[in-house]
Amino acid sequence: MVEIQYDKNLFFIQQKFADSTAALTFLSQQLITQGYAKPGYTEAILAREQVYPTGLPSAEPRVAIPHADSKLINKTTIAVATLQQPVAFHDMEEVKTTLDISMIIMLAIKEPHGQIEMLQSVVGIIQNTKLMHQIVGATSQDELYQLIMTNL
Amino acid sequence: MKRILVACGNGIATSTVVATKIRNYLADKGIQADTNQTRLTEVPGKVEGYDLLVTTGEFSGDRKGVPYVKGMSLLTGIGADKTLQEIADLLSD
Repeated sequence: MVEIQYDKNLFFIQQKFADSTAALTFLSQQLITQGYAKPGYTEAILAREQVYPTGLPSAEPRVAIPHADSKLINKTTIAVATLQQPVAFHDMEEVKTTLDISMIIMLAIKEPHGQIEMLQSVVGIIQNTKLMHQIVGATSQDELYQLIMTNL
Repeated sequence: MKRILVACGNGIATSTVVATKIRNYLADKGIQADTNQTRLTEVPGKVEGYDLLVTTGEFSGDRKGVPYVKGMSLLTGIGADKTLQEIADLLSD
């Protein structure tokens, strides 16, 4: 099994975005610029979010887990942003509903149905409300990276 | 061997998590089950013959009479135990 490469340069704290489209565009462009995703990932992410939104109706603070076609991924990783003000994402389960999202974990997954451990860990983080409060409150990139990495 | 179809938006990420959680839970309960993953749009063409359909994401398509459980709680953790129990009960009938 190939070890997943996580990159501190893909972790962003206290970001300000006008809306979900701006947030999704920013993170997907970072994945492309840093070589993890292919050109076109932004369009694929935005299109997918329209049809199958990725806001999760968990306890607050809430997370969105946008992701798109594996064919557009070069290397598996995640890109993370905590938000200064929550941004509205539609609810994965009740698509007409919107949720206030405080953190985005954009998944770049090269192997469909693969990366089970990484995905389980991401879901574990999302379900850990105490940890989520720490993550959203992180005041430096190092702190955010360490909080996530020790739980992946 | 029970057969479970797990579907999400593109059959890549959330269905992987949900399928793994279901398999682990059922293994602990001594229920033998196999999971397959697919996209929500492909459910109507694939679901026939399965013992159970589990979805993350809104689904209103044809499920050919196959029993159906929503899997979102396995992602959020809210109500996960109840969902897993419901799945075990449906497969034990």
